[in-house]
Amino acid sequence: MDITHYSHDLLAHLFQRMTLVREFELRAIEERRRGLIPGFIHSCVGQEATAVAACAALAQQDVITSTHRGHGHLLGKGGDPKFMMAELAGRSSGYCLGRGGSLHIADFDLGILGANGIVGGGFPIATGAALAFQMRREQRVALAFFGDGAINEGTFHESANLAGLWKLPVIFFCENNLYGEGTPQHKQAPIADLARRADSYGFPGVSVDGNDPIAVYEATQAARRRALAGDGPTLIEAKTYRFRGHYEGDPQVYREPGEMAAWRQRDPVPAFRARLLESGLFDEAQLVEMETAVQTELDVAVAFAAAAPLPVVDEALQGIYAETHEGLVF
Amino acid sequence: MREISYSEAIREAMSEEMRRDTAVFLVGEDVAVFGGVWGVSDGMLAEFGDERVRDTPISEAAIIGAGLGAALVGMRPIVEIMFGDFLMCGGDQIVNQAAKARFMSGGKANVPLTLRVTSGAPGSAAAQHSQSPESWFMNVPGIKIAAPSTPADAKGLLKTAVRGADPVLFFEHKMLYGETGPVPEDADFTVPFGQANVVRQGRDVTVIAVSIMVPKALAAADLLAAEGISVEVIDPRTLVPLDKETLIHSVAKTSRVIIAHEAHRRSGPGAEIAAMLAEEAVEYLDGPIIRVGAKNVPLPYSPVLENFVLPGVDDIVAAARLLASK
Repeated sequence: MDITHYSHDLLAHLFQRMTLVREFELRAIEERRRGLIPGFIHSCVGQEATAVAACAALAQQDVITSTHRGHGHLLGKGGDPKFMMAELAGRSSGYCLGRGGSLHIADFDLGILGANGIVGGGFPIATGAALAFQMRREQRVALAFFGDGAINEGTFHESANLAGLWKLPVIFFCENNLYGEGTPQHKQAPIADLARRADSYGFPGVSVDGNDPIAVYEATQAARRRALAGDGPTLIEAKTYRFRGHYEGDPQVYREPGEMAAWRQRDPVPAFRARLLESGLFDEAQLVEMETAVQTELDVAVAFAAAAPLPVVDEALQGIYAETHEGLVF
Repeated sequence: MREISYSEAIREAMSEEMRRDTAVFLVGEDVAVFGGVWGVSDGMLAEFGDERVRDTPISEAAIIGAGLGAALVGMRPIVEIMFGDFLMCGGDQIVNQAAKARFMSGGKANVPLTLRVTSGAPGSAAAQHSQSPESWFMNVPGIKIAAPSTPADAKGLLKTAVRGADPVLFFEHKMLYGETGPVPEDADFTVPFGQANVVRQGRDVTVIAVSIMVPKALAAADLLAAEGISVEVIDPRTLVPLDKETLIHSVAKTSRVIIAHEAHRRSGPGAEIAAMLAEEAVEYLDGPIIRVGAKNVPLPYSPVLENFVLPGVDDIVAAARLLASK
């Protein structure tokens, strides 16, 4: 598909953020190995196009709910890698002051209502945010990221039904990476195209190539327009693949032989890079400059995290309720 | 002061808050056209319209979670769950999401979400429609838990919940809806959380009574007074936060304590209160801490069985006699 009619800024943004997500994940994996990061990492290497392009189609005032595999969503929505890396490192300078970690990063100013450690936990929350926007007549949408595993949770059914019934401005964005943890999609659902599930709730479902940021961007934009027009939700199924385990350290015994190699041929980051060069809109030097800037930004992020203060233990007793009361925390 | 019912007091609190603040709305199963299966929101649809008094599908996880999502972006939802037993259908959204949102986000999330939930046995409703689940959630930091026993407290505590910034489980006992009492008409009348009410003063035995056990404790106190046993009745009003100071102060005076609730005895609210008193007030106690609660079996259907399992006035009387004899 010809990309020359897209703005230079948009294409540059997609490439810059996809590169940032890829390199952030590789740095986080490395820093976990080196001991800076104590907790789980569920990396989204291979899924950069879904996260970044879906967020690129949203406006600043829109909100997202994210997942286990949320670093791409957060960076896509404008998250600062410094504060993310510091959170992963459990530092007081992190997004959640070191109380949340990778699975719980939130930034309400950026419209990030939170990553989520519970599979399917975000559907009702995004639905409720969309209800608030509808009731207040605001031109905002809520987008719920989730995986092919989460679509089998009851919360999907309940939320999709409610959102379809009330025509809420919500986008259900499924990143179908073919595996729910260690079990392939065909052993978790009796249909191949999960977008078909939308039929039951009276709104459209579309399946797109999740490794093509332009396809993802177009589908999300269309869903957003539909939501803002008052026509209700859309289910987008973006078919993609994760190149690493469910979590770092996962032995990945469940992969089909040859599957990884085939998907590597469709790695979204180099594929989009090649496409930008082919289009003639960007030259090699411009792309290298963006890539170098990403590395510099991540050098800064890692150094920031490593130098950031560790929480003092009393901080564990704060921020549980809006106010403190002796009878609340004792 | 004019007297209204517990049910009317709750409706008045909701209506006043909805008039005061457009961010407040009521959502739940059959809350609008039906007026709530317990009739609590009767008439509110006519005043506020179907956008702010909103019927839902039977989808507890989506309703509770949607309340949370709306709260996170600035609304003040009141979610009605018609039976406390059904909280488990939406349990994740309460326990893993709403309760933890503020803490996990480093204190940034505001969660002004009020979950109005019925509790208690209404009579032959059996094991899935009769439970008092307050203590299931007392073990979850991040939630506040209110259990009013009078119309005035129901109104004042509910308004505090709606105006607050934390998720609140607001337990309304089904058998209290019809009870009447004086309720202030002032639209800014509120009752703070974490402030127990000394309902009746006494010298010999303290009865810490939760929700419907407050009127039962008062009835027991009348009977015991005739025997020369002076009973102090304390209603904690909120279980989280718990007003430890008032409870300990009373125990220091009477040296004997009974904790009464309709929840099962095992790990009910009384377990926490008893443990707290054992840790912080043991030097005042002249006898064991006695818990009066439902037996540790599912609530049965047949009235003869149900009455046997549920705690009553006679259980409090017997416990007080036992303590007073020591």
